[in-house]
Amino acid sequence: MLQAILGGVLIGVAATVLLAGNGRLAGNSGMLHRLLPPQPGDAMWRILYLLGLVLGAGLYAWLQPQPAAAAAARAAHPLAVLLGGVIVGVGTRLGGGCTSGHGVCGIARLSLRSFVATLIFMVVGMLTVAVIRHLIP
Amino acid sequence: MTGFIALISGLLFGVGLAMSEMINRERILGFLDVAGAWDPTLLFVMCGAVGTTLVTFQWLLHRRPFLRQQVSTQEALGINPALIIGSALFGIGWGVSGYCPGPGVALLAVDLPAAIIYLVGVIAGSSLLWTFMSGAKPSGSSNCG
Repeated sequence: MLQAILGGVLIGVAATVLLAGNGRLAGNSGMLHRLLPPQPGDAMWRILYLLGLVLGAGLYAWLQPQPAAAAAARAAHPLAVLLGGVIVGVGTRLGGGCTSGHGVCGIARLSLRSFVATLIFMVVGMLTVAVIRHLIP
Repeated sequence: MTGFIALISGLLFGVGLAMSEMINRERILGFLDVAGAWDPTLLFVMCGAVGTTLVTFQWLLHRRPFLRQQVSTQEALGINPALIIGSALFGIGWGVSGYCPGPGVALLAVDLPAAIIYLVGVIAGSSLLWTFMSGAKPSGSSNCG
């Protein structure tokens, strides 16, 4: 639990660094969407941010005595990951954000749109898992 | 400098995601599985993250009003259908895949095949929507930086 809260605080610090330093919101879906297609003068910092995201996660995993083997404990079906990814791509672009942009940054801005978005994707995510895990035999 | 700050921010975000196990889809699905053995980890992560940003963002946005204008450009759109439908779709995709975009990217460091499959999907979905909506501006894109 302490690790989860501490990890969350780091995520909050990361978003603070980007807002204070660059005047930008650390929304991860937006980082991707705004590179599709890349805009001149606006692409490099997004690429560096995403590179940092990978390096940071890799660095932490590398420093662990036991590599993250548990992550693949119950391996995901590739088709579910692909299909879920497509729906996430459409949904986050249409809705203008995800867990980081609407959740972590939007709520901190006291944005009504982000409150509503976060509530919707949390509840719909819960309903989706309920259907997949408990209703489909 | 802008690039360096972005890199540092991404690094911190990535360490945070890995430390809090948000790149482990079982943690995500466990949180969303309210009808099963509920896993509160994601709630603790959100509390740590939003607890931090609530304080720092409010401080920053009050001290620098121009920042508030810069990051709130979509607020005038209000609660529109794009926001509602998009967020609901995101919830479905999140529950189906077990990943949201941040962990999906960070996953490249620890589970390359799954990360590539997921990101191919996200990029395809995003590009597809962009093609359909080209000309019309998708809702609320400023919420994502």
